[in-house]
Amino acid sequence: MTPLRGPILRGAVLGVVLLGLIAPIVVGLTETARAGFGQLPALGHVGWSLEPWRMLRDQPGFVTSLRLTLVTGVGATLIALALAVGFCAAMSSGAGAGRMRWLAPFLAVPHAAMAVGLAFVLAPSGWIARVFAFVLGWDQPPDVASVHDGWGLALMLGLVVKELPYLLLVMASGLSQVPVARQMAVGRAMGYAPGVVWIKVIWPQLWPLIRLPVWVVLAYGLSVVDMAVILGPSNPPTLAVAVVRWFNAADVAMILPAAAGALVQTAVVVVAIAALCGAEVVLRRAGLWWLRRGGRGWSWGPGLRVAQGGVVGLMALAALALLSLLVWSLAWRWSFPMLWPEGWSGALWMRADWRMAMLHTLVLAAVTVVLALVLAICWLEAEEDRARAPWAEALIYLPLLVPQIGFLYGLNVVFLRAGVAGGYAAVICGQLLFVFPYVMIALSEPWRALDARLLRVGAALGAGRWRRLLALRLPMLLRPIMTAAAIGVAVSVAQYLPTLFLGAGRIATLTTEAVTLSSGSDRRVTGVYASLQAALPFAAYGLAALIPAWWHRNRRDLRGGTA
Amino acid sequence: MKRSLLAVLPLLFATPALADWSQTLAEAKGQTVYFNAWGGDARTNAFIAWVSTQTEAQYGVKVEQVKLSDTAEAVTRVIAEKAAGQDTGGSVDMIWINGPNFLAMKDQGLLHGPFVADLPNAKYLDLGAGSAASVDFTVPVEGMESPWRLAKFVFSYDSAKVSDLPETMAGFVDWAGAHKGRLTHPDPSNFMGATFLKQALVEMAPDPAALQQPVTDAAFAQASAPLWAWYDALRPNLWQAGATFPASAEVQNQMLNDGEVDVSMSFDPASTAAGIAEGTLPATARVFVPKAGSIGNISFVAIPYNAAHAAGAEVVANFLLEPATQAHMQDISVLGSFSVLDAAKLDAAGAAAFAALPKAEALPALEGLGPVLLEPHASWMTRLVEEWAKRYTK
Amino acid sequence: MSLEVQGLAVRRGDVALFAPLDLRVECGAVAVVMGPSGVGKSTLLDAIGGHLEHGFTCAGRVLVMGRDVTALPAEARRIGVMFQDALLFPHLCLGDNLAFGLPAALRGRTARRAAVEAALAQAGLEGLYARDPATLSGGQKARAALMRALLAEPQALLLDEPFSKLDAGLRAEMRSFVFGHVKARGIATLMVTHDPADAGAAGGAVVAL
Repeated sequence: MTPLRGPILRGAVLGVVLLGLIAPIVVGLTETARAGFGQLPALGHVGWSLEPWRMLRDQPGFVTSLRLTLVTGVGATLIALALAVGFCAAMSSGAGAGRMRWLAPFLAVPHAAMAVGLAFVLAPSGWIARVFAFVLGWDQPPDVASVHDGWGLALMLGLVVKELPYLLLVMASGLSQVPVARQMAVGRAMGYAPGVVWIKVIWPQLWPLIRLPVWVVLAYGLSVVDMAVILGPSNPPTLAVAVVRWFNAADVAMILPAAAGALVQTAVVVVAIAALCGAEVVLRRAGLWWLRRGGRGWSWGPGLRVAQGGVVGLMALAALALLSLLVWSLAWRWSFPMLWPEGWSGALWMRADWRMAMLHTLVLAAVTVVLALVLAICWLEAEEDRARAPWAEALIYLPLLVPQIGFLYGLNVVFLRAGVAGGYAAVICGQLLFVFPYVMIALSEPWRALDARLLRVGAALGAGRWRRLLALRLPMLLRPIMTAAAIGVAVSVAQYLPTLFLGAGRIATLTTEAVTLSSGSDRRVTGVYASLQAALPFAAYGLAALIPAWWHRNRRDLRGGTA
Repeated sequence: MKRSLLAVLPLLFATPALADWSQTLAEAKGQTVYFNAWGGDARTNAFIAWVSTQTEAQYGVKVEQVKLSDTAEAVTRVIAEKAAGQDTGGSVDMIWINGPNFLAMKDQGLLHGPFVADLPNAKYLDLGAGSAASVDFTVPVEGMESPWRLAKFVFSYDSAKVSDLPETMAGFVDWAGAHKGRLTHPDPSNFMGATFLKQALVEMAPDPAALQQPVTDAAFAQASAPLWAWYDALRPNLWQAGATFPASAEVQNQMLNDGEVDVSMSFDPASTAAGIAEGTLPATARVFVPKAGSIGNISFVAIPYNAAHAAGAEVVANFLLEPATQAHMQDISVLGSFSVLDAAKLDAAGAAAFAALPKAEALPALEGLGPVLLEPHASWMTRLVEEWAKRYTK
Repeated sequence: MSLEVQGLAVRRGDVALFAPLDLRVECGAVAVVMGPSGVGKSTLLDAIGGHLEHGFTCAGRVLVMGRDVTALPAEARRIGVMFQDALLFPHLCLGDNLAFGLPAALRGRTARRAAVEAALAQAGLEGLYARDPATLSGGQKARAALMRALLAEPQALLLDEPFSKLDAGLRAEMRSFVFGHVKARGIATLMVTHDPADAGAAGGAVVAL
């Protein structure tokens, strides 16, 4: 076997990442930017101009869309963060990652599926309203805006419900690296209430570990399309939805303001993340001032209990939403104000032609996840000989931070020019852009946390690099690797825009079918696809938990704990 | 000038078609046609799958439906291919297309053709000047797209809950006043929402003939003034006070089923009967049209200029015009869409196939649907949607 | 089997951790490096064993049995290590942990199994081949770790505060167990510690860092 040389390996992986992942985004953004500044030769627009920006400014509701985007995206992120912090602080004895495993199903469900379920639960004719109808004897649904409300509250709720489990899991895995219980004891011995110790001592250690995931959540919330269509206001919609509408308008000249809008969307995300960084600096100063004053503060107990209750309530809502999807998929008729379907049928499951879509989804998920794992393992293995390169790492996460709508149109043009569009290869590349960073987020902390002395012992026993990797590191990291793979499967399954744009619509996956069929809005068919869409990542999480548990059934130190 | 010349062209090529057609058939054999069609309707999807089995058996041509959530996705894809210089071997072979999308593609030179006159089954169509199949939203078709199903604007409602629906669009103001929050329409950025406004425009415009010409500022101001007055009176009594709208007619159908509103609308007169059969609408749902008639148009298929399998696409377009295919399509248990063929041109076997079709209670007869109102010129729709957004999107 | 260190100096960036060090440990001898914590004792062992992390640079030479291993990677130096934790691989059973260190040159399933069983017996761990290492006591783990290191047939051995985590009674027992084995096999051993009792028991040269 050839020796694995760190610098060469790092260089190779970096090359793949740069050429395969980053270049497409940059080129895609450039292509979008060209259209945004009036360069669209296919439609006879040549020469730079600011006309697209004038058109964008004159779009009715543009300012409202922008405001909606900021309020819902930033609001949802802050609320989810506050709830997650409160929940973790309330469970201050140390919320182990193992105890958070019950959240995995909610993490596995794609946003669109969750949104469809929530829309049904919350709608004026939905499950909650039907309970009221049953109690109060309504014969028709109330005319209230409980979804699609003008303030975007339903959309915010949907985003919080979907992002909360992710933040909780990320925090739990971050907390497993902080000696919470001991520091808690020290703090309380000095007369601080548990909540105050958590905020003053634990949180500053936790934040650097979860900063990136929070950025990802913020970027996602600001640029989400599918959820915003299903739960958000429509007149006007959020900016991302408006941009998609313009890209798809019958009047093809609308591509110009659409491209400009895509650039604004990108700028919104950049500015929001910059603002978060600014807030971090200010709050760190303020926090230090507060810390040095030494005030023992008031009891945070009630606030923490509210957060705890909020999290439990929201997760109950999520469970209800998922249950409603399954019930719908098996219903024949289920009209207001019935609490339960009037007629059941398996016909939708038999008829809906989901087998092909399932096969495509499985193949794509398998290939992208394996590629992403190989890349991630190479990347992390290369760290053994060289210092971490923060700038290179930052690049990996770029695809999660730049809004998809900003570069996918341009990327499609680039791929067509290269002659790789419309096939598996293009879709795999496109999905890898998003699967790889999530796999890296999931794998890098446990990888780095592994006791390096174990590998030194291995080297001293004469094991070379390959043997150390294959016989020591990978088996010991089986559980986090499987977890990363499961997260990768969930991300791959949920990809909508890349699959659609880069597959020329020909590669039908469960998600593209679910979104297309939800435009036909037969909730039962949507229920079938959304159930399948949720089932696949759920199965992956299940395997990720079961396989290592079985494999290491006689190894106490590897059961539970890190994952 | 150029237009009229193009209009003559198909006539010139009308006769020597048969020899060319066998050549097309030979070329098409073994091809897979990527049919880009809106995929939100499971029955239409099933019909297209059935078409594939038929054309594969008869001509060796497979049809693969690329399911769109909006037709413009296919248009954007062709534009992206043109932007990338991919002028042959394009990924879109055939598009289910209509009105503004057709106008856009035709204007940008993104279509293959003229080809309709080459299709043997074109003989069953009434392609005479001014016939329904020769214009699409008043834009001359000129052989660049081939008809396949009839669309006519209808309302559906639950007859068990409402019985006093107005006979005119104008009458909806009073009706909505009496039934606050029980009426809405899809967002006008959606095709059906725009059609609801057009239906009112056609009924209320002082001079309907003006709508057949490309829109001008003056004509628009004059023709639309009564519409906006009507809409301003209507809107406060709409569902959720007219602040938000369902994304599409299908979403509104769901709302009708849920009892959130009392009225929905469709471009397919058979969709209500189909919805009942499918369990997506209450058994008491029925169809109604304004007394003066409703907007009607024809759905077409077009072939992009760079289609990889243009010959196969022509074969499929021709198959869609078979009398047997059209009768199958009109069967309520299959699709229930009305045929685009000219009944007068059918032979005995074709006529018999139509006569044998089953009936359903919620399925209106073609005669019961009232007169067909012409679609305004496509530019009116674009303008109407823009103006609506300017007035009501804040 | 001697271990020799010539002018060894480790720098982290521009900062030298300790003065250049010269040291020679004869076969079967146990030399001791002492010093307060934080002085770079463990880093010295890393440098000798070839385990320096990136960010550290190293000057000087390391010779094992007169063979210059300075440029070789850790796995080619044939220098064993033991830490204060036993660091048995958690995913392998006890026997496989020992088998991991057995040279590939020893062929045949039965021969390898016999070698491991013999080593287990020497460490008082008879019949525990299939045990999960996590279920062993501290003393058992420490003895198993030594046997694993010895099975790899090292030409030198580095001990990094090997007894500091054991309780007092066990510590004396382990000292005699470890020193007995390395002396019997004639392996040059270098131990870092801050426990004078360790240094006394080793009986070799003592270098203060």
